[in-house]
Amino acid sequence: MAAERKIKIALAGKPNSGKSSLFNKLTGLNQKIGNFPGVTVDKRTGMCQLSENLSAEIIDLPGTYSLYPRTLDEKVVAEVFADDNSMYYPDKVVLVADATNLKNCLLLLTQLIDLRLPTVLALNMVDLASKSGQSINVNNLEKLLDIPVVMINARNGTGIDQLKSILCSPQKPCDKIIYQPDPEIMPLVEKVKKQFKLNSDYKAYQFLQQADHLVFLSEAGRHFIRSLAKENNFFAYKYQGAETVKRYEFIQELLNKVIIRSSNDGWKKVSYGIDKVLTHKVWGYVIFFLVLFLIFQAIFAWAQIPMDFIDKTFAQLSSTLDNVFPSGPFFELISHGIVPGIGGIVIFIPQIAILFAFISVFEETGYMSRVVFLMDKIMRKFGLNGKSVVPLMSGWACAIPAIMATRTIENWKDRLITIFVTPFMSCSARLPVFTILVALIIPDTKIWGFFNYQGLVLMGLYLLGFVAAILSAFVMKLIIRVKERSYLIMEMPTYKMPKWSNVGYQIIEKTKAFVFEAGKIILAISIILYVLSSYGPAEVMSRAKESVQKEVANQNLTEAQIQDRIASYKLENSYAGRLGKTLEPLIKPLGYDWKIGIALVTSFAAREVFVGTIATIYSIGSSDDQVTIKQRLKSEVDPDTGKPRYTLAVGLSLLVFYTFAMQCMSTLAVVKRETKSWRWPLIQLSYMTTLAYVSALIVYQVLK
Amino acid sequence: MIPGETAVISGFTDELISVKLLEMGFLPGTAVRFNFTAPLGDPICVSVSGYDLSLRIEEASTISIVN
Repeated sequence: MAAERKIKIALAGKPNSGKSSLFNKLTGLNQKIGNFPGVTVDKRTGMCQLSENLSAEIIDLPGTYSLYPRTLDEKVVAEVFADDNSMYYPDKVVLVADATNLKNCLLLLTQLIDLRLPTVLALNMVDLASKSGQSINVNNLEKLLDIPVVMINARNGTGIDQLKSILCSPQKPCDKIIYQPDPEIMPLVEKVKKQFKLNSDYKAYQFLQQADHLVFLSEAGRHFIRSLAKENNFFAYKYQGAETVKRYEFIQELLNKVIIRSSNDGWKKVSYGIDKVLTHKVWGYVIFFLVLFLIFQAIFAWAQIPMDFIDKTFAQLSSTLDNVFPSGPFFELISHGIVPGIGGIVIFIPQIAILFAFISVFEETGYMSRVVFLMDKIMRKFGLNGKSVVPLMSGWACAIPAIMATRTIENWKDRLITIFVTPFMSCSARLPVFTILVALIIPDTKIWGFFNYQGLVLMGLYLLGFVAAILSAFVMKLIIRVKERSYLIMEMPTYKMPKWSNVGYQIIEKTKAFVFEAGKIILAISIILYVLSSYGPAEVMSRAKESVQKEVANQNLTEAQIQDRIASYKLENSYAGRLGKTLEPLIKPLGYDWKIGIALVTSFAAREVFVGTIATIYSIGSSDDQVTIKQRLKSEVDPDTGKPRYTLAVGLSLLVFYTFAMQCMSTLAVVKRETKSWRWPLIQLSYMTTLAYVSALIVYQVLK
Repeated sequence: MIPGETAVISGFTDELISVKLLEMGFLPGTAVRFNFTAPLGDPICVSVSGYDLSLRIEEASTISIVN
């Protein structure tokens, strides 16, 4: 038997061409999501057995129309194809083309041919094309392009076997040259070609065109190209336009020879009909808000069931481990630090999965681009972009996937502003804090017998976050000056039924990204917090039991109550507790005491920790039961005034604080990753904290 | 142009955007149809080279047309 061989195959093509469907079909669940080095672009790779002794590593490249990049994602494509020393440089390329709209897809193909890459053209959605009365002469296309052409249906798998067998056979790069750089710049191209020892004129031309984008070039190499371009007054855009026109001339000529068309735009008409409703002046927005409402409902009501289940399971696991393990700091760290830490990550999975289920259904059906279309003008007024709608919506579930979703925004300024304001959207981690405080200070009565006061306040908090996001975006729009222009040149695909397996893959992928990217940080932070709040100066901590016992000697408490008091005493004297006390003068003007201070310190890393901390500090012990906590907080008295501690002023001030404050280490970490510097997360942190502090101060001082 | 109207592209007034527009299939000499506008009047939806695109007015206005 011949030795197993392995080749690398890249999938390229424009967005919506069915690239991901083909990738899923070829690799099944055998895929990995990683990052391209140095940039935060998802790299999807997977293994595929092509034949008995040949396996292929398939790389799914981001969708792009040409080698000239507009987004971060697209930059990667130009780079992968230009650097033949890269570990991603493919042995073969499959260009996935949408047969219903071939013209557009072939632009990239002609560039790949000129780069002398062995390319296979996979015509996808041939069935849809023939439905619209278009048939393609494949043999002719193959001959004219001098590359293999396969008809596939990436949704049901037709033609995949044929594609595999073509990929197995050796293929020489095509010798055809479709576009020859302009004669007046050929001397330059020759120089670059010689300097970097390249195998095609076009590759040299690409080096010349986008030296700044190709990060693999050495500083010296880049300098060589830059000075060469400068000396000769090389103006990149001028030639790019000319190149595109030349290529389309070739493509048009080609298509005239291979496409037999009879006009039948049946489905298009239906699609226009749907558009009439979905982008209608009134109905368009009504439907969009109904859809938003549905998402809201799903995230908050339906997700609650699995979340409660997860919560219970982890609480049980924690107490079971407590009983099984011998006592000792190491085992306590596992049962009280690590297990609840993991639980704190897993609990967000239902919401994230549901949110991305909706988003991917919208993307699959084509509704997403209509949402962008509907919202662009409004969002632009505030320095955002139609494409910011999705991240902002996602922000209601969790800012982490939301910030990851900003990658589709081409314009850097728009993207940065979206990243910056997304954490203002009230995420699900704020919900437990909101619920308990609202239940505490707002009466559970109805206004006009219909609206519940508590519900109104809760909705008001969400609105408050949204308004803060929009206004901050507006301010940033005025402050940040970037030369780069904002575009919205976006395809509006015809409506399609979603392919459910793609939706499934998308959910798995995003959830994985959350668990492994953000999860690591959340876990680390929860361990640190556990240590900070369980340990303090040794002599105080070791005396905890005695001190409490002395204090409560004549109070007739049960054993459990004493244990709770000890826990509370320990927290008070732990490092976190000390920090809370140090903060007291700072937060006094907001109406908070050191107990709330401790809760602020611990929830600095993740907001939801507030509830647990409050439970411990008021010696309610391990009970997470909201009713118990509520009653305990109600009876808490302010020693200075003798009145209840949690007045309306204090409660509202806390609510406002939690709405605005950036209390999520994971979000900061993701922002750092997406903006590639600590600058933005730090600005964000100080801006949001200041806003939270000042607003809470005003609320308390006015209402006091 | 009014919704439903068709025209032929004759050129571009903005070199930078033209590169992107060309890539998306806005070629001089091809027909373009203005389908409909977004409810707030911007962006607009047009058909070109056999498919639909959305453009901002600002971008669309850099395309010169002849009837």
